[in-house]
Amino acid sequence: MKKVLSFLAVGFLLGVLFIKSEVASWFRIYEMFQFKSFHMYGVIGSAVVLGIIAVQYLKYKKALDFSGETITIVPKERSIARYLIGGIIFGLGWALAGACPGPMFVLIGTGFVSVLVLIFGALLGTFAYGAIRNKLPH
Amino acid sequence: MEYLYSAWPWYVSGPLIAGAMVLLILMGKKFGMSSNLRTLCSIGGAGRLVEFFRFDWKKDQWNLWVVVGVIAGGFVALQLSPNAPQINEDIVIQLQELGINSTNSSFLPTELFSLDALLTIKGFLILLIAGFLVGFGARYAGGCTSGHAISGLSNLQVPSLIAVVGFFIGGLVMVHLLFPLIF
Repeated sequence: MKKVLSFLAVGFLLGVLFIKSEVASWFRIYEMFQFKSFHMYGVIGSAVVLGIIAVQYLKYKKALDFSGETITIVPKERSIARYLIGGIIFGLGWALAGACPGPMFVLIGTGFVSVLVLIFGALLGTFAYGAIRNKLPH
Repeated sequence: MEYLYSAWPWYVSGPLIAGAMVLLILMGKKFGMSSNLRTLCSIGGAGRLVEFFRFDWKKDQWNLWVVVGVIAGGFVALQLSPNAPQINEDIVIQLQELGINSTNSSFLPTELFSLDALLTIKGFLILLIAGFLVGFGARYAGGCTSGHAISGLSNLQVPSLIAVVGFFIGGLVMVHLLFPLIF
């Protein structure tokens, strides 16, 4: 129960951040891909710079997580095709939907019913990938 | 108090997103939103048809609680955000040329997300296909903005850098080449 509450709390923080940073706004995504504002680059860039410092520090110190286990981050398997092709497909959708998966969930709160169609499409896409993944270059 | 109602600048929200990621790592987990889509497919019974969805999703249940928190946090934040995002002036004019006039007055473009738009075949297909590409691409690439751009780059992973380059190629092609054809 305590664990559930802590996951809910981190999620709550992220939900607030997706709205307050406006990264869940279709307009901000369009503006980013037009290079007309520093805002999105600032949000993602500062998160990455601080993230690098924090993660590298935790790894260097062989830090323990809250349950006392050593923190290990499983590296992604090496490949180019899957990351590049998959990434491009994702990018096409990100720009059209104006939302990536996290913000997609947060947009439920806007009350726009159409957000559910977006999420349904994302579930269909995930399912389709699972169905044909053996035929795709990885 | 003003901070409660206004948008937060990048130097506040960006570092806090990194903070949330670090919290998840310290809780023995990782920051990645799109894997929830796979979990939801499994819960919905996709494993009966496709092997990819036959996995122990209960191990990833924690991430669904994060999603519940995200929805709740977003809802509260939206109630406290009376102002729409204020976008670059050139963009406002550009979007008008594409027929989108709700810039600076709505969080999402009503031309795409209103019920009226949803009830047209074109409007419905745009949203369905957009979602499809996000879901398909995220799983193919093994992660989305949170898993690759934030978590992956923080771990200095080359695959994540390749994925992020892909995200940008796709996004630029959509906005610069395909938008004039779609809208």
